[in-house]
Formats: sequence, C-alpha cells, structure tokens
Amino acid sequence: MSVSINIKNIVKSYEEVEALKDISLSIKPNELFGFIGPDGAGKTTLFRILTGLILANRGTININQWDVVKNYKQIRKITGYMPGRFSLYMDLTVEENLRFYARLFNTSMEENYDLIKDVYEQIAPFKNRRAGVLSGGMKQKLALSCALIHKPRLLILDEPTTGVDVISRKEFWELLKKMQKREITILVSTPYMNEAALCDRVALMQSGKLLTVDTPQQIVNDFEGHILAVKADQMYPLLNDLLTIKTNGQVYRFGETLHFVTSANPTKMQEKITSFLEEKKYRNISVEKIIPVIEDCFLAFMNKTTTSWTKEKK
Amino acid sequence: MRTIRYILQKEFIQIFRDKSLLPIIILIPIIELLILSYTATFEIKKVRLIVVDQDHSTESRHLIDRFSGSSFYRYLGQKASYDKAKEAVAKGDADQFIVIEPHFEKKLLNEKKGEIQITTDAINGSAAGLMAAYAISIINNFNKAILIKKLPLHFSGMPIQISSSFWYNPELNYITYMVPGILVLLITIIALFLSSMNIVKEKELGTIEQLNVTPIRKFEFIAGKLIPFWIIAMVDLIIGLLVARFWFGIIIFGNPLLLLFVASVYLVLVLAIGLFISTLTKTMQQSMFISWFVLVIFILMSGLFTPVESMPLWAQQLNMVNPLAYFIKINRMIMLKGATFYDFHKDFFILTGYAVAMLIFSTLKYKKTS
Repeated sequence: MSVSINIKNIVKSYEEVEALKDISLSIKPNELFGFIGPDGAGKTTLFRILTGLILANRGTININQWDVVKNYKQIRKITGYMPGRFSLYMDLTVEENLRFYARLFNTSMEENYDLIKDVYEQIAPFKNRRAGVLSGGMKQKLALSCALIHKPRLLILDEPTTGVDVISRKEFWELLKKMQKREITILVSTPYMNEAALCDRVALMQSGKLLTVDTPQQIVNDFEGHILAVKADQMYPLLNDLLTIKTNGQVYRFGETLHFVTSANPTKMQEKITSFLEEKKYRNISVEKIIPVIEDCFLAFMNKTTTSWTKEKK
Repeated sequence: MRTIRYILQKEFIQIFRDKSLLPIIILIPIIELLILSYTATFEIKKVRLIVVDQDHSTESRHLIDRFSGSSFYRYLGQKASYDKAKEAVAKGDADQFIVIEPHFEKKLLNEKKGEIQITTDAINGSAAGLMAAYAISIINNFNKAILIKKLPLHFSGMPIQISSSFWYNPELNYITYMVPGILVLLITIIALFLSSMNIVKEKELGTIEQLNVTPIRKFEFIAGKLIPFWIIAMVDLIIGLLVARFWFGIIIFGNPLLLLFVASVYLVLVLAIGLFISTLTKTMQQSMFISWFVLVIFILMSGLFTPVESMPLWAQQLNMVNPLAYFIKINRMIMLKGATFYDFHKDFFILTGYAVAMLIFSTLKYKKTS
C-alpha cells in the first residue's frame, strides 16, 4: 500500500527570497519520482514542507487523504525522511543509531530487518563503528537504513547521492529500485541531471518553479530542435566562432564537446558548420548529430524561461 | 513513556562516550568546591600595620605590643613621620597605620586623655570596616587595661558588658558559610549549561531534523533531554555534600533528605530555564553567551557573596525571580541551622510554583516545526 501525493499551489518565502513559487503537481502511488534542479531550486524546501518540518505560506499538500499540516501525526508514522545533511548521531555506532530510530517508531531492528536487509548488509561489517567515522557513501546507506526502519510507505530522500562517489551512487540507485518493488512511493532530489533517467517521472526545477513534469523519455522526446556535438583542436575560440553563426538555439559547453542547438535541418547545418570551421583553419573537426539528454532539455527550458522573462521586463 | 526511556538511554550513551565531558561534569565541580571554599572568604587576616610613634614612651610601646601580638595583625615596623606612613599605604605596602601623638603618655597621666589616629586603606570598603573595627577593639581593650591599672580600687568594670555569642556558626568559620552556597552554585552551572547547550547542539548538528520527523512527542523529547542532567546534577550535589562532610567537616544539621528534596525541585527550575534559553537560540555560542549572562546576574544577586539585606529594595524584589537566591537561603538554613520544612515552606512553595510555570512555559515555547 503505497501512497499518492497531491501538491497544490505551494508558496514559501524566507524573508526576502521566494523559495517556492506556486508549485502544483501530483505523484502517483509507487512512483520513483525525481526532483531535478541546481542548488537553490527549492527542492529541500519542498521536502521540508512535505515532512512537516516547515509550514508553507500558501497552498495545500495531501498525502493520501491526509493533510500535511493537520494530519502530520499519521504522516510521520508512514514517512521515512533522509535529510540532505547527515543528521544521525556521529557519536553513536551504526547499530545504536539504527536501534534508536527503530524504537522511536515503536518497532525493532529485527522486526523490519527484511526491508533494510539489502542496505544494512553493506554496512553491517562496520556496525560497531561510530557513524561519524564512516565514509560518505556508508553514511548515506546508514541514513537510508534509518529512514526505512519503520517500514514507511513514503520515502523522501533529499540529495542522497550528493558528494558520494560514482560507484556508491550507482549502488544507491540500485537500492532505491529494490525499495520501489516493496510498494514504497519514493521522492528523491538530485542536482545530477544524469540521474533523472533512473526515475519513473521527474520534475525539473529552477528558482522555485517547475520547468516541466514528465517521464525522462518524454522530456527528451519533446526536445525542440536538434543538437550537434561539435569538437575541434582549439576548443576556446571554437565557442566564440560558433556563436557568430546565426541560429535560433543555444551554444554551450557539454563535457568535452560543444552542443549546438538548431531548429534547422540538422544535416544541412552539419555541413554548414564543418565548412565554416574549415574556413577558420580548425583541425580535427567533428560535427555529430546526437540525441539530447535531460541536461540539454533543462538548459533549453531555462533558456526559454529567461528569454520570456527578459521580454516581460522589456 | 517507553520513548522517554529510549531517549534517556541514548543520552547516557552519548554522555558516557564523551571522554572529555564526563570528567568535566563530575570532577570539575569538586575541584571548584575545594578551591572556592578556601578562597571565597571575607575574613581579613594579617592586616599590614605601620606605626608612627611620636612619643616613644612605655605606654606607646605597650599599645604597639597589643597590635603586634594580635593574630589579625602583621606589624611592619615604624615610620618616622605621618607622610612616610601615608606613602607606604599609597604604594600598597601597608593596609593601616596608627599615629601616636607626642607626649601621649604624659597626657594620659596628667590630662587623663591621649589621642591616637587610625588611618585605613578603604579601597575595599567592607575590608576597611573590618580593619578599623579590629583596631578599635584592640584600643578599647587597651583603654580598659589602663583604667584597671590606674584606678584598681574604683574600677568595677564597664557599665555595659558585651558578651556576644555567634549562633549556627560559632567559630565564625567562613568555609562553613560558603560551602553550602558554592554547592548550589556548582549544580546550577552544571544543570543550566548542559541543558541549554544540549538541545541547541542537536539543532546545530542537524540531528534534530531527523528526530523531528519521527512520531516522538514534544514532552517526551524534552523529558528525555532534561532528566539526564537532573540526575547528573543530583549526583554532583551528593558528591559535594560528602566532600563538605568529610573534607571540610561540615555537619548537616538539618535532614539531608530534605535538602535533596528541595534540590530536586530547584533543579527542575534551572533545567527549565536552560530549556527556555535553548528555544531562544540557534547555536551553542549564542546559548553559551546567554547562559553566562543570566548566571552572572543570578550569582551576584543571590546573596552568595554579599548579603541580600544590604541590597537596594528593587534588587531585593528582583531576587523574587532569582532561583539561586531561594535555594542558597534554604540550603544554608538546612545545612547550618537545621531548619525543618516548616521554617522555609513559603520559599519552597514559591520555588515549586516557579519551576512548574517555567517548565510549562518553555515546553510550550519549544517547537518542532519552524
């Protein structure tokens, strides 16, 4: 029995900053839902409102039939929350932390061992070590165990993979997939765009606004235009030169290549760029048509909102 | 209720695991009790005295002998002139000097009166009062001796005989007076600081965030947080009483259980104040600062070092909200006077009401949601 969530017109401001600007969305039962966005997008604020740690200025959130403000007691019983900052007791051992949180939820480690088994087994060899001396990845696994110990039906994870090495991140996502099979609705936030593909649906967020909410595949499919990945021997002047080509899209760095977005025919544009760069005496030129990833979509959305915002101002 | 037990368990694991905190909680109060009880004394011993004897007669020498023979005085010797003596006091080399006028002995015999000038360094007012009183009492005795010697047949004693007796602390022993007060001070420091810092520590480290999403109830959390420090402070008090008994030889005249009972209520009040401070602050630094500020005012107004009766009326009224003032008073009454519950029941009920009110107020003020 997992839960569904209905978020309606949530607004939250801290003194002068508007952290959330009218957020509305629904999350289906048993979904692995990702909130993707850079720091300051409002992901943590939204999670803190969901868990009842802070109150929204306006709007309502229902988790199943329960209101997060009025029925916080019921919600706390079925929710597992893992804050972005490691919040367990550094001076208690792995096992002591886990037992303490189990007891606060009126259960025991043994009772729900089945659920945390996959996670806990990875840290069990260090169960007598103090939480403070664990590595980043281990800390996150312990925090996940503690969030799971009371068999929650809703799991809220705030940037669980931030600051964790690539292997641990991969393992962590595998664990989440396993948890999802236990009929738990999972909300996870991350600043890493490439993790979006691992979620059922994602919400792209920026500056307190939702850019879009959809499946990662659909977001990619909806990408307007085409992307050409451009590479040459001198990358720095390349960016400036490409910007001189008239296009209605963006040009930006993307890893080792530059992404050139265009709404024109990609094959023609490909030829145009190649000849333009040859003229400019570049060597090792490569211009390839590629399939966009979430990050490209995010930048396109960002570009769209900033231009419309600039227009509004004018 | 079970939840409180789990929090207590957790708190004690943390306290006992902290290798630097535990000795501080247990040992430092004892060390402080030992040091403070010897040093926080009002007694003036060994007043450094200079004499300007302008007479150099038998009588003047007799008088000087009375001073140099007193255990309260350390006789530094003579100076040739008033100015020289003044200079010595100005430099801080002497505390007091007496000037014996020329022809002191002759005047005493012929005119039946002689003059002596006493000058005391009064930088510290209360100490100066004591030093002057010492000098006057020595001179009075000297006066009496002259009368007996000169008029042995007619002298039948002074018209009014003063015989004083000092109750509850017959030897005027300051340690006896100070130890109960300092004991109160120490358990107050322990209880106030630990409680005000502990919840703030959870805030600062962020652990409160994880705790706040559990179904734990506010009063369970607060009880779990305050009870350990209540226990620690009580243990400290018992250790302190044992030190008072076996090191300082102070016998508790009243019922020690009555004392512990009052302390148990008093500590609830102190812990509630600590809790209140922690609801006001976000960091341990802020909480530390406020705790110190509050404590210094409480201590200085409490009557530990200066008698409450000599404070201005508004300050005495302000002491109505000073928990230390109540408990130092009650504690001294029980330990030194052997007071029974009836003797201080009014103060006790005020203390109890204050503790309950403060605890309710702070608990209501503490919020899980921001």
